[in-house]
Amino acid sequence: MSNKLIEVKNLKKYFNTPMGNLHAVDDVSVSIDRGKTLGVVGESGCGKSTLGKTIIRLHEPTEGEVLFKGENIFDYSKKDMKKLRSSIQIIFQDPYSSLNPRMTVSRLIAEPLISNKIYKSKREMEDRIKSLMETVGLSGRLYNAYPHELDGGRRQRIGIARALAMNPDFIICDEPVSALDVSIQAQILNLLMDLQEELELTYLFITHDLSVVKHISDEILVMYLGQSVEKAPYKELFDNPIHPYTKALLGSIPKPILGERGKIRNTIKGEIFTPINPASGCRFAKRCDYAKEKCYVEDPVFIEVSENHFVACHI
Amino acid sequence: MREKLLEIRDLKVIYKTDEETVEAVNNIDLDLYKGESLGIVGETGAGKTTTALSIIRLLPYRVAKILSGEIIFNEQNLLELSEKDMRKIRGNNISMIFQDPMSSLNPVLTVEDQIAEVLRLHMDYGKEMIKKRVKEVLQLVGIPHDRMFEYPHQFSGGMKQRVGIAIALACDPDLLIADEPTTALDVTIQAQVLNMIDELQSRLKTSMILITHDLGVVAQTCDNVAIMYAGEIVESGTAKDIFEGERHHPYTEGLFGSIPNLDIDEKRLNPIQGVMPEPSMLPSGCRFHPRCPHCMDICIAESPQSKSFDGHHIKCHLFL
Repeated sequence: MSNKLIEVKNLKKYFNTPMGNLHAVDDVSVSIDRGKTLGVVGESGCGKSTLGKTIIRLHEPTEGEVLFKGENIFDYSKKDMKKLRSSIQIIFQDPYSSLNPRMTVSRLIAEPLISNKIYKSKREMEDRIKSLMETVGLSGRLYNAYPHELDGGRRQRIGIARALAMNPDFIICDEPVSALDVSIQAQILNLLMDLQEELELTYLFITHDLSVVKHISDEILVMYLGQSVEKAPYKELFDNPIHPYTKALLGSIPKPILGERGKIRNTIKGEIFTPINPASGCRFAKRCDYAKEKCYVEDPVFIEVSENHFVACHI
Repeated sequence: MREKLLEIRDLKVIYKTDEETVEAVNNIDLDLYKGESLGIVGETGAGKTTTALSIIRLLPYRVAKILSGEIIFNEQNLLELSEKDMRKIRGNNISMIFQDPMSSLNPVLTVEDQIAEVLRLHMDYGKEMIKKRVKEVLQLVGIPHDRMFEYPHQFSGGMKQRVGIAIALACDPDLLIADEPTTALDVTIQAQVLNMIDELQSRLKTSMILITHDLGVVAQTCDNVAIMYAGEIVESGTAKDIFEGERHHPYTEGLFGSIPNLDIDEKRLNPIQGVMPEPSMLPSGCRFHPRCPHCMDICIAESPQSKSFDGHHIKCHLFL
């Protein structure tokens, strides 16, 4: 029996811009098993957030399928989609701008419950809100507080409580810890991992921070300019990265140990190019140290090099 | 022999508004020697940026008050200088790189104009000489000089930060203050910029204060490290003391425990419990005691003194 909760097949999302087609997500295929986490890493502009938003249909896709429990959600009607939305949730990056400043904590958490008309009596709803607050570690005295009274970590906990309110199966975390300080970031990561264990959640975890993604993911997908360049179980990816871009990403992280200083780090030259009307060939070729002639002409294919380890590279 | 360039003694800065008084920096001491780099690490609200702005005297003057202390730079107390004299030092002997390259450049001036501005102010250069120097510093930071007539919006984030660094280096400063210079950049670009800062710093023998929340960045670029928490320096020493020393302040330990480690295969992190205290309502005694796993009775009552182990200072009752 297949244990796949969600399967993305050849998903494409192009945006029309005055300059041409912007290939935000270009032919990405992934699947996530129930209770597992897929980490998506890449630099700004690589299409990782667009991927997340297209999977839950906040963007209409240009091409491709997303199978949730075996059904293609792009065939769903508006009504079906609304039902589905309760089992797929998203946690946003910025806890400062994703909460309505004029609502209290309890109202913010109640919103999904109200709009889906879950509870008839006020009592039941209040009990549910309180238990949710406890789950995410918000103390009860904050029940009537407003977001501006809280720090970033607590605000992000509200975001998590909101996402959990509908008992979802699948949560997309779009950079949930990037706006937080390290000590708070670690608390939130631990919380997300505990919740996953307790509630059997499945995560798509989007981040630019490789060290964060290593902690929380079972599998990692590396994206560059809208395309998947490498996908592997987390251990395999860190021990044995193959694609030059993945290697460069790993080499670029400043490590908190001494003795690394002054060594020329394994970085890459140049900067990310525009994904508008990309030329054929490997999109990384211009920044790649190992680029051959073939790389500029032919699109590399995403192939399996060892078990569950996929790479799109000519070398 | 190490020569002292900057000495901060007993600096205390508050922000006073109608509603509250925020104790941003509380009686800190800092030393910086010529040619060395110092990393100031801490979380949001620890007082890192306030310390930097006090040195360069750019604190918002309506709300910020320096209550006590002195900042000795090249044997003169910067806090006693008139604004006119300070202006001669700022951008010339002491310059600053800001966090956000998108908003710290003037969008309506060309890159050349913005670099030339500091030169016109501080150097007695003719037009030709200024142009030559602009080209030189651009080359220094790795921007082809035919881009000097472009505007900031034509540059990417990493390139803008390079322009910021070029402006800071234009007058050959003695002290460079970099306030989170790479926080807004992607990792690969961050690595490029850090490599460049490290290389330039050792080549030009400029002293540097690097402010960051990222211990990794500090390990790559700094000789000395000071860890700040709630307006105090809780631990300071050489990079070796901080990264490899045996004794640590519990907060430093917590910071290290919070970083996801790439080399060790461990799933759970060991974060610090609780959150930073409100700077307007700091706890009594040791500022860290509500979050500290080793909290004792004395920590609640008394603020600890700093204890030195061969230049490695720790401010904690555990070591007194």
